[in-house]
Amino acid sequence: MLTIQNYVKAKTLEEAYELNQARNSRVMGGMMWLRLGNANVKTMIDLSGLGLDQIEETDHVIKIGAMCTLRQLEQSEEIKAYCGDALAEAVRHIVGVQFRNQATVGGSIYGRYGFSDVLTCLLAMDTFVELYDGGTVRLREFIERKKDKDILLSIIIRKNPRKVRYLSVRRTKTDFPVLTCAVVTGEVHGKECWYFSIGARPMHAALIEKEWRISAETTKEQLEAYAKEVADGFRYGSNMRASSRYRKHLAQVLVMRAMESIITEGR
Amino acid sequence: MRYINRGVPKVDYKALVTGKGVYVNDLAPSGCLVVKVLRSPHAHALIEDINLNRAKAVPGIEAIFTYKDCPDKRFTLAGQTYPEPSPYDRLILDKRVRFVGDPVAIVAGENEEAVKKALKLIKVKYEVLEPVLDFHQAKDNTILIHPEDNWKSLFPVGADNQRNLCAHEECEEGDVEAVLASCDYIVDEVYHTKANQQAMMETFRAYSYKDTYGRLNIVSSTQVPFHVRRILATALDIPKSKVRVIKPRIGGGFGAKQTAVMEMYPAFVTWMTGKPAKMIFTREESMIASSPRHEMEVHVRIGANKEGIIKAIDVYTLSNTGAFGEHGPTTVGLSGHKSIPLYGKAEAFRFVYDVVYTNTMSAGAYRGYGATQGCFAVESAVTELAEKMGMDPVKLREMNLLKEGQIMPAYYNEINNSCALDRCLAKAKEMIGWEEKYPAKDCGNGKVRGIGVAMTMQGSGISALDTASVSIKVNDDGFYTLMVGATDMGTGCDTILSQIAAECLDCSMDEIVVHGVDTDVSPYDCGSYASSTTYVTGMAVVKTCEILREKISAKGAKYLGCDAEDVEFDGEKVTNLKTGESISRAEIGNNVMCNNEDALSASEAFSSPISPPPFMVGMAEVEVDKETGEVELMDYVAVVDCGTLVNPNLARVQAEGGIAQGIGMALYEDVVYNEKGKNYSNSFMQYKIPTRLDVGNIRVDFESSYEPTGPFGAKSIGEIVINTPSPAIANAVSNAVGVRIRELPITAEKVFWGIQEKSK
Amino acid sequence: MEIQFRLNGKQVAAEVAGDSILLDVLRKLGCVSVKCGCETTNCGLCTVWINNKTRLSCSVLAAGVDGQEVTTLEGLQEEAAEFGRFLAEEGAEQCGFCSPGFIMSVLAMVRELDNPTIGEMKEYLAGNLCRCTGYMGQLRAIQKYMKAKRMQFQAAGEEVQA
Repeated sequence: MLTIQNYVKAKTLEEAYELNQARNSRVMGGMMWLRLGNANVKTMIDLSGLGLDQIEETDHVIKIGAMCTLRQLEQSEEIKAYCGDALAEAVRHIVGVQFRNQATVGGSIYGRYGFSDVLTCLLAMDTFVELYDGGTVRLREFIERKKDKDILLSIIIRKNPRKVRYLSVRRTKTDFPVLTCAVVTGEVHGKECWYFSIGARPMHAALIEKEWRISAETTKEQLEAYAKEVADGFRYGSNMRASSRYRKHLAQVLVMRAMESIITEGR
Repeated sequence: MRYINRGVPKVDYKALVTGKGVYVNDLAPSGCLVVKVLRSPHAHALIEDINLNRAKAVPGIEAIFTYKDCPDKRFTLAGQTYPEPSPYDRLILDKRVRFVGDPVAIVAGENEEAVKKALKLIKVKYEVLEPVLDFHQAKDNTILIHPEDNWKSLFPVGADNQRNLCAHEECEEGDVEAVLASCDYIVDEVYHTKANQQAMMETFRAYSYKDTYGRLNIVSSTQVPFHVRRILATALDIPKSKVRVIKPRIGGGFGAKQTAVMEMYPAFVTWMTGKPAKMIFTREESMIASSPRHEMEVHVRIGANKEGIIKAIDVYTLSNTGAFGEHGPTTVGLSGHKSIPLYGKAEAFRFVYDVVYTNTMSAGAYRGYGATQGCFAVESAVTELAEKMGMDPVKLREMNLLKEGQIMPAYYNEINNSCALDRCLAKAKEMIGWEEKYPAKDCGNGKVRGIGVAMTMQGSGISALDTASVSIKVNDDGFYTLMVGATDMGTGCDTILSQIAAECLDCSMDEIVVHGVDTDVSPYDCGSYASSTTYVTGMAVVKTCEILREKISAKGAKYLGCDAEDVEFDGEKVTNLKTGESISRAEIGNNVMCNNEDALSASEAFSSPISPPPFMVGMAEVEVDKETGEVELMDYVAVVDCGTLVNPNLARVQAEGGIAQGIGMALYEDVVYNEKGKNYSNSFMQYKIPTRLDVGNIRVDFESSYEPTGPFGAKSIGEIVINTPSPAIANAVSNAVGVRIRELPITAEKVFWGIQEKSK
Repeated sequence: MEIQFRLNGKQVAAEVAGDSILLDVLRKLGCVSVKCGCETTNCGLCTVWINNKTRLSCSVLAAGVDGQEVTTLEGLQEEAAEFGRFLAEEGAEQCGFCSPGFIMSVLAMVRELDNPTIGEMKEYLAGNLCRCTGYMGQLRAIQKYMKAKRMQFQAAGEEVQA
């Protein structure tokens, strides 16, 4: 059961940060997950009055405020223009519209949830998180850090030319995923790079990078070997949704499909 | 006909669609004590000591009860007619806890916070015992789940608590072994269906209070108000005259609420404290301590000659009733008695079953009631037989299916009065395009589409047992009050019974006020279960209307000053056929309220010696991803013979809804326990019922027979509709990728490993 | 703490605790159409609108709606009855317990999506569970309702032109 003594709608980031330094303070996102746990919270800090619910685009980045909802992510024209339907695909299976009108991007990322579709997708992209105190850090570094008392302000995606694919397998259409997979490719320092993020293993998403040259001429056998190498590179576990062996197999299948889809698009 | 076979909207729809407060929790007065129970963390344990001191000290706590406070007389929570076949194996609270979630203490307090706090402060010392979790190990295990001396079985169902046995029976006709030995083809397989949750949107709930006369009144979301009255009186060890049960609108039941899962807790609190009390089960409680479908393992042996005539069917069912025996002895019977009779040419059948206790949550009644489990097994086996013979499974069924007029030896030798099963099969085949699509089509993109079939039957009420009575009164201006004890649980029986009454009384439905259910006021009805309401209660309405028409005619004749033989009642007025003089129903209604010595009302009861089966054919088209094993349901076609359709719209929605639940059972739903007996499927987050994206396209049509013993030819539809999806989908998957799934649900992972196994 | 918000077009005040949930507060304020079906944000029965967007009132802190605009089915009675008639014509309200949350989503959908396809409708409403109907009757009702609305709209347009 969650109990909350005080609710505070922060008026400034500074106030939010200060309040959050107390041991039993918590910052709320959409309250989707927080509510289900057991916690006695002295001060619940609401960031919704701080303008962190905007998606802003510059020449180089897309900046997604931590309080943006998953629904905003799904419907954002800026995001669509940059990476197509991939990020929308990563959120549209999450429960329902009214859930996604409430769940926040910040909550999804800060929570480092094993089941997170959003984390899986963003991780494969050139993504950073902006923290109130800790500056801007790479998403992949952030999720390996222990949860601390800093405040997540925004997610920043660098708009390098990338092709992005997102795939997941679920038992029902809106269930937690059995496995998530994002594949991203683009030129990095003149070299073709491939980023593979696999989540819901059931551990949270992790990333593998490869400098592979893949083209329409690449044989199917070679692609399959790549997909296997990627799938072999992750650890998997079992839970009531699937066994580790099946997850590993799915990882290989989804990676292969994502790569084929990117190649088919013609690069 | 004015109202039969018309899709009139439900009489209560306006309140429902505008969100009016018509359900238990909307009606409960403020100021009710909040009631919750402390639940056992162990699957099997004896309570050594309970310390309530700190819990009782929480401000706002009114009372805490333990087993020491409860009567030591056992009873069952099964909503069945007395004497119940389900064993008397329960106490309100017991010293022995038998599953993770079994109640240990009842806490009542002024508000939820106080009660939750008190629950945390109760200290219980348990002697933890080894549980029996695997139902294969239960029978004759040295660990006994009900060793107690005062356990009793009121009915000869083969129960023996010293063997963990809730029921056992054997029946055979012909020499099954000999006939099977003579068969050219035999399928001998075991099929396993899991516990499933009814998952009605409104969880279990009730509130109670004492009335002016000191009686216990309870307003409950139940399908069985009269049974709840008896169960509470027995549980509390008080006279039945002290209990009144009221059923308002209820948010779905599907059989779950045919068990009095929780009424006893607030009732006990009110009885002991004299104060109003309310208990609303959380969804978690509804998932871990409720009344789900019995897990069953069904061993089928079925044989045919080389021409494809099915000669013998042998079914052995092992059923898991969990910690208590609610509906254990009865659900299991349907797994054979409603699957075997479909094959009308069999010369011999045998049906044997064991129902065992385990340390898991007690099972109960869920739509289909055992027929669903048997249907999965037998219909899968019949298709496996066809596969072995290299025959189209529809063709095999066409050759063997039960016909109208046949005697059904495995169905208590009833005669099949009304049956359009052959037409159902023909129509379903046409609707889905069986000829073009059978057995499968490779889509060329790593996916294959396959198609599958299943047939089923159910009953219409429980023969020679279910009893329904109905009263109709004529009021001023001639409007009618229709009093029913049948329980509308959203299915629309208030509407359907009103339609039947309006039809019989030749009046507008607006002139009929329907009232149900209040055990003090309503005429007796065993309740809405076993697909009984339209058929059994519907006939009670027909009978009551006949008598009432006679009485109205007689009254009219009296007021007209002529003989009753000389008048005719056309629904609006009574006319003296000799003089043409008439008196309206409105006038009669007003007249009987003045200087009148015989009440203008009628009340009749109905019980049927037979339970005419409705029939149905379901066909599924699935698309299987060969690489992942994912199964996508593309199309589901069903054709139902439920006799005359009283309300085609409501019948259609029953069918579509039942099929969707069946799809959930087939593909997604599973109650999963860990090795210590903790239930993981404790929420809608973990127990996945289908969303609207998971059910494909469901298309329903009807082929009606005419049931001579039913109201206007009607049979039942409530339960049969859930049976076909599991076998039809399993059969479709088999046709698509050659993988036979014999244990539900049919998950992608199972299909994937099946494909791997096959390619070895 | 005291909060003030607009509920179905009227300014209301309520005394709430830090952990009071909007669902409970709304029911106490008489909006009993708002139902709880699951407690884990999966069923959609508690769907209300906050600032005209559908939300799950079971996981909204009441304190957070201070100054916001909340709409429940009690505030949309005419539309609910109008759509509800189509639902009842199909027999698809059944037990009715999920109807309020479902209708809140349907009425939001018709405002948000222009001529949605069946696939889009199903996806928009996927967060509203129903155990009675199998969803087909609900879909038929929505399609007929939207068609009737379009015809009303066209008729109104023609009247204006004439």
